Amino acid sequence: MASGLHNSDIPNPVLRWIDQRMPIFTMMQKEYGSFPTPRNFNYFWNFGALAMVNLMIMIATGIFLAMHYTPHSSMAFDSVERIMRDVNFGWLLRYVHANGASMFFIVVYIHIWRGMYYGSYKAPRELLWMLGVVIFLLMMATAFMGYVLPWGQMSFWGATVITNLFSAFPLVGEWIVTLLWGGFSVDNATLNRFFSLHYLLPFVIVGVVFLHIVALHITGSNNPLGIEPKGPQDTLPFHPYYTAKDSFGLVIYFIVFAGLVFFAPNYLGHPDNYIPADPLVTPAHIVPEWYFLPFYAILRAVPDKLGGVLMMFGSILVWFVLPWLDRSPVRSMRFRPIARICFLLWTVSFLVLLWCGGKPAEEPYVTISRFAAAYYFAYFLVILPLLSRIEKPLPLPESISRAVLGGGPLPAGAAAKPMEKA
Amino acid sequence: MADSGEATASGGTPRRDFLNLVTASFAAVGVGAIAWPFINSMQPARDVLALASTDVDLAPIAVGQAVTVMWRGKPIFVRSRTAQEIEAARAVPLNDLKDPQTDQARIQRDPWLVVIGICTHLGCVPLGQKPTDPRGPYGGWFCPCHGSAYDTSGRIRQGPAPLNLAVPPYAFTSDTKIRIG
Repeated sequence: MASGLHNSDIPNPVLRWIDQRMPIFTMMQKEYGSFPTPRNFNYFWNFGALAMVNLMIMIATGIFLAMHYTPHSSMAFDSVERIMRDVNFGWLLRYVHANGASMFFIVVYIHIWRGMYYGSYKAPRELLWMLGVVIFLLMMATAFMGYVLPWGQMSFWGATVITNLFSAFPLVGEWIVTLLWGGFSVDNATLNRFFSLHYLLPFVIVGVVFLHIVALHITGSNNPLGIEPKGPQDTLPFHPYYTAKDSFGLVIYFIVFAGLVFFAPNYLGHPDNYIPADPLVTPAHIVPEWYFLPFYAILRAVPDKLGGVLMMFGSILVWFVLPWLDRSPVRSMRFRPIARICFLLWTVSFLVLLWCGGKPAEEPYVTISRFAAAYYFAYFLVILPLLSRIEKPLPLPESISRAVLGGGPLPAGAAAKPMEKA
Repeated sequence: MADSGEATASGGTPRRDFLNLVTASFAAVGVGAIAWPFINSMQPARDVLALASTDVDLAPIAVGQAVTVMWRGKPIFVRSRTAQEIEAARAVPLNDLKDPQTDQARIQRDPWLVVIGICTHLGCVPLGQKPTDPRGPYGGWFCPCHGSAYDTSGRIRQGPAPLNLAVPPYAFTSDTKIRIG
């Protein structure tokens, strides 16, 4: 490859001078300006951009909170209360950060659901999908460790219960737990390392998000029809069409976010976490944050320690192999009448697990959890592989533009001409 | 949509330019409104501001003696000056001063001089509070970092410092007590 200045066509002379030496403006124009994007996105395609914004909000508020927070077991709780009472706008930073975690999971769950419904995980986007699962696992670890930092009762006992999950593994379990704790119980050493990792992992997430987007810009986006764009008439430039659509979605997202922060900032939290951590008393009803409840319900549905832990981790790890469990070449559930119903039932099972996870570990919730968990796994391991063979999909549209614009057969020259000016 | 890029009937700004400007303005106001809580959170918190005043009992300080108290994390020099020191401070013609200020303008009641004990050059604490400290050629304070010398009114007389030692806001709450801040 020839070296030398990049042949830039940026009009502004100062920007062009930079662009010739380091073509980031050309890259931005290519990847976010003229980037060809399927013209038929619905609002489910907003959630990737929303997740990106949410990640930035979490990092910004987190950095400013860390300026006031003290990661020591005897001072952490008081330093959080000081943030709420004495630091200028500290209450806002903390409520945005705490509810931002919930918003992040809402956005990402919808983003994942979108990927499952419209078959975004299928070839050639398998790696893109797997990177997304990695991001989700990193998010869970980050959220869990962040919840420990206020050092309230739920922080402490959540940390105790979740770290004890690893004790289920034979031989190395106890060693892993001691390694996580840095002692013989959850204590100051645990709090310190959780703070360190809670600060680190979001930047790891930024790195994997970058890879996620690199992979996305190689394959291009999926779309609600699940068929590949066949030419310029099937796509629109990302800007202004999807910058505008994403901005509109962003406004709605901010309204919901602000509603939570300003009118119900503690709705998704637990009152017990406003009691300082006490290693001698476990709260009567201990539950994780709402976004972990489906997996917590699976854990409790299994009457065996190791089995429950494996099922819980397995319920997310199975997403990694989803592209190979579902062999149907048809991506969008719109054209898969049976799979569509099975997937909507899977969605119900996920929500039922979420509901059961927040209930006490007693009947009828245990039995309900077991049925829901069984269906959760059956969908991935039995139904999808089976349907890949036996389901007869509906006929796919000829092209995106034909499906969106309707009308008769395309004129011969249309494929060569962008249609966005029409 | 056909007229979106064209001039309006009144012949003014094209509609698209107007929409772009309005959108960018709203976004700029929004970013500013979001940025302010972040910046403000870095300013002194309320518990820090609550510690912003210090009471000093002057009764135990003998003539010629000096004490150092903390106010807002900074040293405050409180000196009970002798008659000779006061006289020396008032005899100096203003023309000789780098930062001209009369001694009377820097005190509230004799014999008390209250100044912030931070050199106005680069923030070191000058020597001169203890009887054994060097007080420099003008009998006040001497900064060992870069050699600034202050007189018995805490005014800069020699060296790189540009200004006199600052006088903090304070008030006599009784004949023998002051509140700084």
